[in-house]
Amino acid sequence: MKTKHSSLFTLPYLIWSLIFIIVPMGLVVLFAFTTESGQFTLDYVSQVGEYTNVLIRSVWLAAIATVICLLIGYPLAFIMSRMPGFQQQTMLMLIMLPMWMNFLLRTYAWMTILEKNGLLNKLLGLVGLGPFDMINTQGAVVLGMVYNYLPFMILPLYSIMTKIDNRTIEAAQDLGANTKNVFLRIVIPMSMPGISTGITMVFVPSVSTFIISRMLGGGGNLLIGDLIDLQFLGNAYNPHLGSAISLVLMVLILLCMSLLNQFNGDEEREGMLL
Amino acid sequence: MSNTIISLRDIVVEFDGQRVLEGLNLDIHDKEFVTFLGPSGCGKTTTLRIIGGFVDPKEGDVFFEGKRINDLPPHKRHVNTVFQRYALFPHLNVFENIAFGLRIQKRPEPEVKERVSEMLALVNLKGYEKRNVNLLSGGQQQRVAIARALVNHPRVLLLDEPLGALDLKLRKEMQTELKRIQKSTGITFIYVTHDQEEALTMSDTVVVMNDGDIQQIGTPEDIYNEPKNAFVADFIGESNIIDGIMLRDCFVEFAGAQFVCVDKGFAPSEPVDVVIRPEDVKVVPEGEGQLSGMVESVTFKGVHFEMSVTVYGQEWLIHSTQSQEVGSVIGMRLNPEDIHIMKKMEETL
Repeated sequence: MKTKHSSLFTLPYLIWSLIFIIVPMGLVVLFAFTTESGQFTLDYVSQVGEYTNVLIRSVWLAAIATVICLLIGYPLAFIMSRMPGFQQQTMLMLIMLPMWMNFLLRTYAWMTILEKNGLLNKLLGLVGLGPFDMINTQGAVVLGMVYNYLPFMILPLYSIMTKIDNRTIEAAQDLGANTKNVFLRIVIPMSMPGISTGITMVFVPSVSTFIISRMLGGGGNLLIGDLIDLQFLGNAYNPHLGSAISLVLMVLILLCMSLLNQFNGDEEREGMLL
Repeated sequence: MSNTIISLRDIVVEFDGQRVLEGLNLDIHDKEFVTFLGPSGCGKTTTLRIIGGFVDPKEGDVFFEGKRINDLPPHKRHVNTVFQRYALFPHLNVFENIAFGLRIQKRPEPEVKERVSEMLALVNLKGYEKRNVNLLSGGQQQRVAIARALVNHPRVLLLDEPLGALDLKLRKEMQTELKRIQKSTGITFIYVTHDQEEALTMSDTVVVMNDGDIQQIGTPEDIYNEPKNAFVADFIGESNIIDGIMLRDCFVEFAGAQFVCVDKGFAPSEPVDVVIRPEDVKVVPEGEGQLSGMVESVTFKGVHFEMSVTVYGQEWLIHSTQSQEVGSVIGMRLNPEDIHIMKKMEETL
């Protein structure tokens, strides 16, 4: 139902999205397909092919981080949603608390923990283990992603699970479902919108991060984000190539998300992000 | 009794240190329509949840066909529940909601189809298989919930105020419907309600509960005509409860007059509660009655007039097909069998 009033109210948002979403996207596309002198070219886009290994690595590490977040976050979100109200608030607070600290600071903290002479190696040394190479590995990058983005998995899952009525679960038990069946047939299907939102909210920032990979991954584990950063702010200054990589990344994310939506029924789109 | 299907023995339940049930004992017979009736907070839903396996009694035993089932989880019990506000599975359509129990048992597809359509026919929902349960009306959701619970062929069906959310007309329809389903399936129904009329209409046996204890068990007629105490009398239909003194067997004094009655077994001069149903008071011209009273108000109720009459300083409720002038004095007569004598309750209501 569209009325004159509603279209009037949406106008500011339309202008906003035009200036800050549509136009920049257009510019990215424009830059990706033109040379410095403004001529059409496919050079930059095809040049992205040289970085296939970086693209694959980014998607792979982000996917691992997302799966780990889901495995940690899902049971936690469920347990939280069944707690008494006061405890739920406390748990939410504890999960949000690290997010109040600066992102860089949090990642720095992990550097000092994982370093060769870092906290963890010293602790392990006390019991005669190590030292291990932990920093500058892919594992460290994944750890950084999981640590930083876990709340984005838990929160949408938690919010959808609080909507699952205890009586629905009791009804399933009453009809003969054991714990496994309650999860497979009730809790997981009913929390599907939260699962897709959580995956999106973790996967997208993970696949395009550059700080985590630079700080915890050393120079050897460049991700797409680092690559783009290099083209705009680094020595390799080339906004055209940078735009081309961004464009490819965007398409890649869209592909991953539409793949994800394939697993979701059409009816369960509500509450999802994409 | 040989056909007892469920027995509760000395059940005690506490929530946060507060006693909800205190030493409840109850036998439920096979193929009966049993109703737990009582005001909210009387423990009737808790009793139902004990049978379903959702509440663990602190003390006492639950027997199902003679076997103790206290430690049996809900999914292993041969009872199914129709929940308050239905608790349908919102992500499944009507067919899959009903088929849920069969899917858990991994029944072959043809059997699932057959049994689900059998259930759909039973609850008059043929053709609704593919419907989204969230878009059904309250009455239709109710039917899905009943079909979903019955498809497993439970020995006992538990119904927790299933008609509470429906409007009056639909509620009446569903009452008849439920009774029909119970008769045709031969399944024991245990029905929880706070609506006395619902309990009287549908049940074979009514269990009246209050404050975590059973007040009276009996057929609807028994409960209505021979209430055991003033609580039951007051809760089942409207009653006048008057203080009286039992002078001797079959002779009682109340409201400043003496009456012949049919109750005996009280101590001489024992104080008692006398219960008189509003429709049992016969209105006669002034001076011809055993009692007289002043009419305070008259309300037309359709089939009868409801009158408030002051008798010997106490307000009485009287139903009569004839209206009386407000402010006039009327005479009243009572039949001996309409005077119900009850032991005084320890606590006031």
